[in-house]
Amino acid sequence: MTVMTDMAVPRPQRDWNFSWTDVGPFLALVALLMIGFAINPDFLSGTNLANVITRSAFIAIIAVGATFVISSGGLDLSVGSMAAFITGITIMFMNAMAPAWGAMAIPMGMAVAIGVGLLCGLMNGLIVTVGKIEPFIATLGTMGIFRALITYMSDGGTIPIDRTLRDAYRPVYFGTVGGIPYPILISIAVAAVASIALYKMKYGRKCAAVGANEDVARYSGISVISTRTIAYAIQGACVAIAAICYVPRLGAATPTTGVLWELQVITAVVIGGTALRGGKGHIWGTVAGAVILELIANLMVLSDFVSEYLVAGVQGVIIIIAMLIQRFSK
Amino acid sequence: MSTMSSAGRTRIEIAQVHGAAAPAPVLRAIGLGKVYGTVTVLTDISLDILPGEIHAVIGENGAGKSTFMRLLSGYAAPSAGTLEMNGAATAFSKPEQAQKAGIVLVHQEILLADGLSVAENLFLGRELMRHGIVDDRSMLRLAAEKLAELGCFVSPRALVRTISLADRQLVQIARALLDDYRLVIFDEPTAVLTGGEVERLLSIILRLKERGIAILYISHRLDEVQRLADKVTVLRDGKMIGTYPGRNLSQLDMAKLMVGRDLAAMYPERKPKALGEAMLEVRDVSVAGCVHDVSFSARKGEILGFAGMIGAGRTELFEGITGLCPSTGTILLEGRPLVLRGPRAAMDAGIGYLTEDRKGKGLLLNERLAPNLTLAALNRFHPGLMMHRRREQAALSEAVSDYDIRLKSLGVNAGHLSGGNQQKLLLAKILLTQPSVVIIDEPTRGIDIANKAQIYAFIHQLVEEGRTCIVISSEMQELIGICDRILVMRQGRIAGEVTGERMTEHDIALLATTDGTVALDEGGRR
Repeated sequence: MTVMTDMAVPRPQRDWNFSWTDVGPFLALVALLMIGFAINPDFLSGTNLANVITRSAFIAIIAVGATFVISSGGLDLSVGSMAAFITGITIMFMNAMAPAWGAMAIPMGMAVAIGVGLLCGLMNGLIVTVGKIEPFIATLGTMGIFRALITYMSDGGTIPIDRTLRDAYRPVYFGTVGGIPYPILISIAVAAVASIALYKMKYGRKCAAVGANEDVARYSGISVISTRTIAYAIQGACVAIAAICYVPRLGAATPTTGVLWELQVITAVVIGGTALRGGKGHIWGTVAGAVILELIANLMVLSDFVSEYLVAGVQGVIIIIAMLIQRFSK
Repeated sequence: MSTMSSAGRTRIEIAQVHGAAAPAPVLRAIGLGKVYGTVTVLTDISLDILPGEIHAVIGENGAGKSTFMRLLSGYAAPSAGTLEMNGAATAFSKPEQAQKAGIVLVHQEILLADGLSVAENLFLGRELMRHGIVDDRSMLRLAAEKLAELGCFVSPRALVRTISLADRQLVQIARALLDDYRLVIFDEPTAVLTGGEVERLLSIILRLKERGIAILYISHRLDEVQRLADKVTVLRDGKMIGTYPGRNLSQLDMAKLMVGRDLAAMYPERKPKALGEAMLEVRDVSVAGCVHDVSFSARKGEILGFAGMIGAGRTELFEGITGLCPSTGTILLEGRPLVLRGPRAAMDAGIGYLTEDRKGKGLLLNERLAPNLTLAALNRFHPGLMMHRRREQAALSEAVSDYDIRLKSLGVNAGHLSGGNQQKLLLAKILLTQPSVVIIDEPTRGIDIANKAQIYAFIHQLVEEGRTCIVISSEMQELIGICDRILVMRQGRIAGEVTGERMTEHDIALLATTDGTVALDEGGRR
C-alpha cells in the first residue's frame, strides 16, 4: 500500500460514467421492438403499442414501489394479493356509498384505496423492521392473508362494481388524453414522482444507504427501521394506485386478481437494473422492465413460435438471465 | 521497546541469512509480487521455508504480511514470481490445492460453525464414511485423539458455541492438521489469546517444529517472534527488507527494521498544554456480556487512549456510549446527562465515533465520495426534503484539501481509495457532524506509514481546536506516541491507567493480561 502517486488535481465536475446497468434495460427494449417489427409489422402499430403499454401499467406502477423496497434491502411478495384485497375493499366501499353519494363515491373510494394501501404497506414494513422477520417470510405470510381476505370477501366469486358507477369510472382505464391512455400517464406520473423521491430527496439517499450497507447507515445515524418501513408504505401506496387503475378494466375483484404479479414485479425491478441485494434503485429501468415483460407476452401471442401458455415460463427465464447478468457483470 | 522512542536514526547492520545449506526447502518463493488494480501490495518477495524451522514474517499493518500468506496458501494468485515445491514450480489457484500439497493456513479469525459439535467441525466437508453412512464413532474417537495431541481436552461432542475462544482456536488448528501437512502457516495466532493460552499455543508450535514441520509464523508480537523464530523475514510497505537469523535480532532491532525510520518522528511533537474541564464523563456503563461498570472521564483538549486485548470490551464500551448497542449507566457531556436513544441522538449531542471496521461499517464502498462524506450529516446539508448537491460537492472539495485525500478524480467510489485515504474520508465524514468528542477506534489499521503520521497530526489538531479525542488501539506504540493518558481494559473492566513515565508497552501489557483470574473467566462457560 504505497501512497498513490497517480494523484492529479481533482476535477470539480461530476464524472459521467457510462454503465451498462443504466442503459441495458432501454437497449433491450429497443431490441425487442425491432425484433417485434421483424416478426409482425403490426407490432409497431400505435394501437398495439398503446395496448401493450397500458396493460403493463399495473405492473409498472407496483414495480416502482418495489424499487424502493428492494433498493432499501427488502422484498415484498404480497403485492399481488394486496392489489386484489385493495381492489375488493375499494369496490365494496364505492358500492356502499354509491346510493348516497353517486359518482362522488369514486374519488372517495380512491382515497380509501390509498389509505388501505398505506396501512397494508406499513404493516408489512413493521413486521419486517420492528418484528425483525426476514422480508421473504413476513411478506409470504401477508401474501397468504390478503389472498384469503379477498377470497372470503368475494365468497369465492366476484365483487362487481355497482352499475351506476361503471360509466363514470370507465375512463380511468379506457380514457385518453391527447391519444395517450390514462394508465400510461398515471404510471409516468408515479415514476416521475418516485424518481424525484429517490434521486433528489434526502429519503432516497437514506434508502440506498440502508440497502447498500445497513451497518454503514446505522453507524451514520440513519434509522434503518424508519427508512425501510417508509419504503414498504410507499410500496403499499403504489399497489393502491395500481388497484385504482385496475378496477374499471374488469369492473370486478376476484380471488384470482393479481395472481403471480409479485413475480412480474420483482422481474421488472431486477431487469431494470436494481440489484436484488439492495443499493441504488433504477426507477426508469424498472418501468422499462415492466414494459419489456408485457412486450414479450404480446410478441408470443402475435407470433406462432411459442405457445402463449408459456408466457410465465419465459418471464421466469428472463428473471434468471437478468440475475446472471448482474452476477457476472460485477 | 519502551526506550525506542528516544532512539535516533540508526543504521541497522545485522548479517542477513545467506544461502542456507542442508535440507531442501519445503516451499520456496521466488520474486513473488501482487498487484490489486492499480495498487501494488507486494513486490519481489523471495524466501525459503525449511522443514523443522520456524520462520517468522513480521511487518507493520499494511506491510503485506497477509497478502504474502494468501499467496502461499492459494487464497490469491501472485501477479509476479513463482512458488517452488521440491524444486518444481507450482501454482495454487485454490486453497484446496495448497492443502493437498501439504500447506495449511491457520486463520486469525475463528472460522467454525457455532452450532455444530467440535468433532463435526473438525471433519466438516470431509466426514469419515462407512458403508455410505457418516461414521460418527470413528470421528469422535479421532477428534479426541487429535485434540489431545494439542493439549486440548474439550469433549468432541460439545457444541463449538459453548467452548472457550482458546479451545476454539485449538479446534481450528486441529482441523488444519487433520491432513498430511508439511508447512503450517499461523496468521497472528495469539491475537485473541490470554497469557496462559499463548504459552500453550507456543509450546504446541515448538512441538510441531520438533516433528520436522516447517512453520511460517506471522505476528506483530515481537516477544513471541523472538522466542520462537529461527529466521525472521521483515516486510515493509510491500517490500522485503531481509531475512535475519532469529537469535541475533533483538526486539528493538525488529521494530526498527519494520518501521525503517525514526519512530519518534511519526508522532507530532508534544506541546505542553493546559487541559480544560471534564468534557465526557462516563459512570458505571455496562454492555450486556462485554462491559461491566466502566467509569472514566475525559477532559477538553485531552487525547485519551484505550488499550487492551481483542475482546477486552473496548469497542463494545464505546458502541454502548454512542448508542450503537444497548447499554446502561450514566453519560455526562459537559456536565449535562445524555439520554441516548440511538446513534443519531449521540451524534446530535456531539459524540462522533469512527468505527474500526472502515470497510464494513464506515463507508459505502460502491458509492461516490460525496454521498459518503455527508451521510452522517444529511440534515445539516439538506435541510428540508430535497438534496443540495452543489453544497455537497463544495463540502467534498473542501474535505479533500483539508484532509489531503489523494484521489484520481472526485467521481471515484470510496472503495477505490487506498486504506489511508478512506480513513481520512471517514474522519472528514464524522467531523461534519461537528462533534465535541471524537472517538476513533483503531485509527491506523491497515494504513501505510505516511498516512499514519498524517492521521496522528489530525488527531492533535482536533484537540487543539478544543475537542476531546478518545483513541482505541491495539498498537501500544501508537497510543504511547499520541495519548496524554491511557486506560487499559481487561475483560470488560478498566484494569488501570498509565500516564507520563509509566506509559510503556511493558506496563500496558501487564495491565492488559494477567493470568489466573483471566483463565477462570475465559473458561467460565465451559
